[in-house]
Amino acid sequence: MAKKKLGTQTVEFKNPPSIIAGGTIVGPKEGEGPLRDYFDMILVDDTYGEKSWEKAESKMFQDAVNLALKKANLKISEIDYLLGGDLLNQIISANFAARQLNVPHFGLYGACSTTTEGLTLGAMLIDGGYADYIITATSSHFSTAERQFRYPLEQGIQRPFTSQWTVTGAGATILASTGEGPYITHATTGKVVDLGMKDANNMGAAMAPAAADTIITHFKDTGFTIEDYDLIMTGDMGRVGRDILLELLYKEGYDIESKYKDCGIEIFDESQDVHSGGSGAACSAVVLNGWLLSQIQNGVYKKVLFMATGALLSPTSSQQGESIPGIAHAITISTTL
Amino acid sequence: MERDVKKEQEYKNIAQKYEPKPALLKNIVMAFVVGGLISDIGQFFLNFYLSRGYSMQDANTLVSITMVFLGAFLTGIGVYDDIGKFAGAGSIVPITGFANSIVSPAMEFKREGFVFGAAAKMFTIAGPVIVYGVSTSIIIGLIYYFLK
Repeated sequence: MAKKKLGTQTVEFKNPPSIIAGGTIVGPKEGEGPLRDYFDMILVDDTYGEKSWEKAESKMFQDAVNLALKKANLKISEIDYLLGGDLLNQIISANFAARQLNVPHFGLYGACSTTTEGLTLGAMLIDGGYADYIITATSSHFSTAERQFRYPLEQGIQRPFTSQWTVTGAGATILASTGEGPYITHATTGKVVDLGMKDANNMGAAMAPAAADTIITHFKDTGFTIEDYDLIMTGDMGRVGRDILLELLYKEGYDIESKYKDCGIEIFDESQDVHSGGSGAACSAVVLNGWLLSQIQNGVYKKVLFMATGALLSPTSSQQGESIPGIAHAITISTTL
Repeated sequence: MERDVKKEQEYKNIAQKYEPKPALLKNIVMAFVVGGLISDIGQFFLNFYLSRGYSMQDANTLVSITMVFLGAFLTGIGVYDDIGKFAGAGSIVPITGFANSIVSPAMEFKREGFVFGAAAKMFTIAGPVIVYGVSTSIIIGLIYYFLK
């Protein structure tokens, strides 16, 4: 019998892992955004001195891990597992970084939801007694994502207002079996939800139903109310996705607007011409490990529902006219047990 | 999971409500102005070549060559995509936009090699235009031939 399970999709950790450190690297554009003071490293050049953007992304992934290790004062040999992923075919950024890191590695793909997918699985591994230290990390790069999913960079086209800007960056989190928090106390694993949206330039609309489904399920499973949380934060819904999500939740009797933030909206300023907001696996990872962890450490937020959301499309599925399935995984981060 | 068509339609209505509308009038005006300016530049070169004593046919060819060069050059130095951002169709439809659509993937994919990268990807956007452009002109030509 699953002793730690609550309701249909949530687990409650009996030995909740602590988040002991976070490492972040971002690209130049993100470094001009409103959260610039919270990142560990800002690249001057988005190729990071490498010959290709793919190499640059993998290097960012690797260095985010190293930055987190340094902050936690740990060596890579002390880490039991690396759980990581990115947006590229066959998750090459994560896998190629793991080749250098020399650590047992689980490669994950949940599109932009990979951040909380990794944290959920990492917390389970620690709670289950299989590990003492886990690193979870994700990366994305505007230029690698554009060429894989959309158009060449120099193509003279107009981006629709619903489109989002893939964040260039990487974020890593270290979870430990012992520590003084903040703790991951609960995790609600999302179902793949698809309400037939087909526009690859409107990911917010594709992901909103999955996001709403996971949030509602989380409240039902745990018995928590909106008042229990200081902040409910999603990964990359963007402005369009936020508005849809708030309406979907409102219709079901959950008015979260006063507690709600989205990493994709926070990371860029509206003047940065990113239309609906930021996106990408790194969007939630750098905001969580940069801005949010420091806010929690400074006592601004004590209990946070953090949920990364993913649009599970591929260029092939889009071209073949398939709709875009969405997914969202939520975790509860709390300073107290 | 079975598709719930009714639920999907309901959701589509909600999602559409929050979709920001493109600034249609502004886009049309910008496309008209920039497209017009590009055409003016073409006309300038046409007049220039004619004044240098080339025949109309040769001057036309020279204008195309010049404009393709300009489009490719501006793409290469990273300016054409900035023009395209506010000009929209105004910079896509002229021959300079055609040059941009070939040069931009070539630049982007040269890291995958000159054969399977740059050369193979060069026509990913321009290819369909050529295929259907040529096909349509053949069909129209045949219709014209038989109806004449």
